[in-house]
Amino acid sequence: MKLLLNGALIDAQVATLADLIAIEGFGGAKVATAVNGTFIPALARVDHILSVGDAVEVLAPMQGG
Amino acid sequence: MRDFYGTALSNGLMLGTAQYPSPAILAGAFKRSGASVATVSLRRESGQDRAGQDFWQLIRDLGVHILPNTAGCHSVKEAVTTAHMAREVFDTKWIKLEVIGEEDTLQPDVFGLVDAARILTEDGFQVFPYTTEDLVVADKLLHAGCEVLMPWGAPIGSGLGLNNIFGLRAMRAHFPDVPLVIDAGLGLPSQAAAAMEMGYDAVLLNTAVAKAGDPTAMAEAFAASIKGGQLAHAADPMEPRDMASPSTPVIGKAFLE
Repeated sequence: MKLLLNGALIDAQVATLADLIAIEGFGGAKVATAVNGTFIPALARVDHILSVGDAVEVLAPMQGG
Repeated sequence: MRDFYGTALSNGLMLGTAQYPSPAILAGAFKRSGASVATVSLRRESGQDRAGQDFWQLIRDLGVHILPNTAGCHSVKEAVTTAHMAREVFDTKWIKLEVIGEEDTLQPDVFGLVDAARILTEDGFQVFPYTTEDLVVADKLLHAGCEVLMPWGAPIGSGLGLNNIFGLRAMRAHFPDVPLVIDAGLGLPSQAAAAMEMGYDAVLLNTAVAKAGDPTAMAEAFAASIKGGQLAHAADPMEPRDMASPSTPVIGKAFLE
């Protein structure tokens, strides 16, 4: 299914947000997720079903002022 | 120094983590200054290089309090969502709330700021709002549940110092029990000292240290100035006066005319 991952168009064969996190190499990483602008807690990723065209954001710690 | 949501800080230096020449220099600035708080952010992560993970380890090793920000957010929804993501990643209720309203000055959108602060405090966050020295806005932020206020000294990254001394002094006088932090705009340690002499509890800065020729030395200079300003405030400075007053006693002076 076609998705937007951090602004880039991807084609991923996944059902849930947890699947996407694992297949895209974020397993075990300190990241937070949002789908279509809504925060999805880590514990809810396994139950969050993705749909075609969803915009997924995966954010990690970064320098800030 | 007043507590920040029940947390006593060892000193009044809150230091940003962006724009340093290298991670080692960043760490050196914290070690040399003893800064008590590190501000951090969230950005898109790549599943390939996982750059954020190394940064997270570096920050954890500093052993300081973590203050995540919502930098770059321009709407209430964006700021609230970012705050929730930051709480999960950094495992802290603290959030430096920024809702930017204007691009040239990065002035906060104080209307959105109050709305976002209310939403977040009701959800258990401990909000550090980046605001202006406007007393009406400050009062609304306190009513929204904020227990700390962070007025700007000057626009972010400008290094201009304390643009409105009168307004900042009025804020200190108007809210004597509220922890106040000068957030943004400082360029020199003397400006940080001036803020602390006014009775501010801390200063938050980044660019002035990170963009100095020697960031670790500048971090130490800011720490020393903050301590000096804090000591001076506690020592109850004299009131300035317009006319001279001799410091050497006049009584007993020889008559030599």
